[in-house]
Amino acid sequence: MARPLIQSSSVDLHKSSATTRILRTQVRFLEVDKPHLRFLNLPSCNSTPKLKVWKGPMTLTKEVVDEKEMSAVTEHESNEFTTLKHRFLNFKKDKYLKNLEHYQSLADEQSPKFLVISCADSRVCPSNILGFQPGEAFVVRNIANLVPPYETGPSEVKAALEFSVNTLKVENILVIGHSRCGGIRALMSMDDETNSSFIRSWVINGKAARTSTKAVASNLSFDHQCKHCEKESVNCSLMNLLTYPWIKEKVNKGELLIHGGYYDFVDCSFEKWTLENNSQVDDQVSIKNREFWS
Amino acid sequence: MAEDSYEDAIAGLKKLLGEKNELEDTAAAKIRQLTAELEGADGKKSDPDEKIRSGFAHFKAEKYEKNPELYGQLAKGQSPKFLVFACSDSRVCPSHILNFQPGEAFVVRNIANMVPPYDQTKYSGVGAAVEYAVVHLKVENILVIGHSCCGGIKGLMSIPDDGSTKSDFIEEWVKICSTAKAKVKAEFCDLDHNEQCTKLEKEAVNVSLGNLLTYPFVREAVVKKNIALKGGHYDFENGSFELWNIDFKLTPSVSL
Repeated sequence: MARPLIQSSSVDLHKSSATTRILRTQVRFLEVDKPHLRFLNLPSCNSTPKLKVWKGPMTLTKEVVDEKEMSAVTEHESNEFTTLKHRFLNFKKDKYLKNLEHYQSLADEQSPKFLVISCADSRVCPSNILGFQPGEAFVVRNIANLVPPYETGPSEVKAALEFSVNTLKVENILVIGHSRCGGIRALMSMDDETNSSFIRSWVINGKAARTSTKAVASNLSFDHQCKHCEKESVNCSLMNLLTYPWIKEKVNKGELLIHGGYYDFVDCSFEKWTLENNSQVDDQVSIKNREFWS
Repeated sequence: MAEDSYEDAIAGLKKLLGEKNELEDTAAAKIRQLTAELEGADGKKSDPDEKIRSGFAHFKAEKYEKNPELYGQLAKGQSPKFLVFACSDSRVCPSHILNFQPGEAFVVRNIANMVPPYDQTKYSGVGAAVEYAVVHLKVENILVIGHSCCGGIKGLMSIPDDGSTKSDFIEEWVKICSTAKAKVKAEFCDLDHNEQCTKLEKEAVNVSLGNLLTYPFVREAVVKKNIALKGGHYDFENGSFELWNIDFKLTPSVSL
């Protein structure tokens, strides 16, 4: 919407700041106790969007941008956040206050049955596509819904697994892949030369899926290879889940089910399957209850 | 409305059965099946398969098929305006509290909605999401949302002073915001544990906002005013939401 305005102003800004730099220590936060916007009981604020809110603290802007550009920036920002304000107030009015008792008891304690691991992609929020309501699902979202194995990889997903499985005692873990996943595409198109992007260092956690996809699907078009890898990487994540000793134990005892899912937003279909872990027979893992809805 | 169609359906079924006796067995079987399905949908909520199945069916019928234009567009590509960091907590999904619709927000959810500082090996997960959202999708806003009664923040607050940990990964992760903890402990030593946690929930958001500036592509976009950084705190005990932005300054460089 107002984006071109910002871009045009940013050219000058960039030039004028070429001889300056931000130092980490110069970042100053506004007092949290005096937030710029409170959404408390403001039913009649629709007519008075608080433009002032965004103008105050922008010292940088004042120094280097003229008044006109300044107002373009603040107007743009305030539009987006005024929308959010109204949305929150609607949530409060239509959901929170109408189910006050439910929300109050949720506030005391959460006991979700699901841990859902899905992609950060803006099109695949599990609350949207599977209708999870507040309190129902503990949710991890990262690029390409990857779960690193217990022994290696960053701690972000692992901390969430530990908390949801050991403290909240969820009964189901569901890893959801999806169509046209940018992370999987990056994984599949990654060449072997070193490259310093974060995306590469993260998606490499799914390299087993890339290898097995290349092995069985290299005769297919690149798009089809990616699609194959999107599902394959869900399976790799499911197998990685079993490398966590406390997950494995609960799965063996039948206290925890591990499910894979695949959401295709091109034709709006959903595929779902469940791991059957037979601890009696050499830790064999098979898949059961595969379902496809379209 | 619903009752009318129900009555109509019953009448239709009676009429059909009256005309075609041979259908009775088939109809009885169908009705048994339908009854079982309805009971499954209502009574047995804990059946995970049913939960997923009915959730998706509802989405498809009520959202996807009613808005073919939007979903057709989204199938081609996403261009969200927001990158949102929110906690994994089951009570704080941004799609609920801020009603984000498909396509609007690229969302990272982790324990205590933390953004670690730039580190390509230790923190590649968040780094990849920030890089993808900022460099490739060119989001215009980054919003970090903390919340009340956050288990991760309680965990951080409870790490003993000697730094010893008793979890495999949780404490290791939440230590990202230990500077916020130090600040809260110093400034609010007179508050009780719960009040300190509330302070920390907000202060940790500020540390995350500061950490965002350690990513060169974020810093550059912020300086160019292509990205705005915001902090938020959702209090589900009182049903309130606070939003704030950060203030930073460029100072002239000094030649020595």
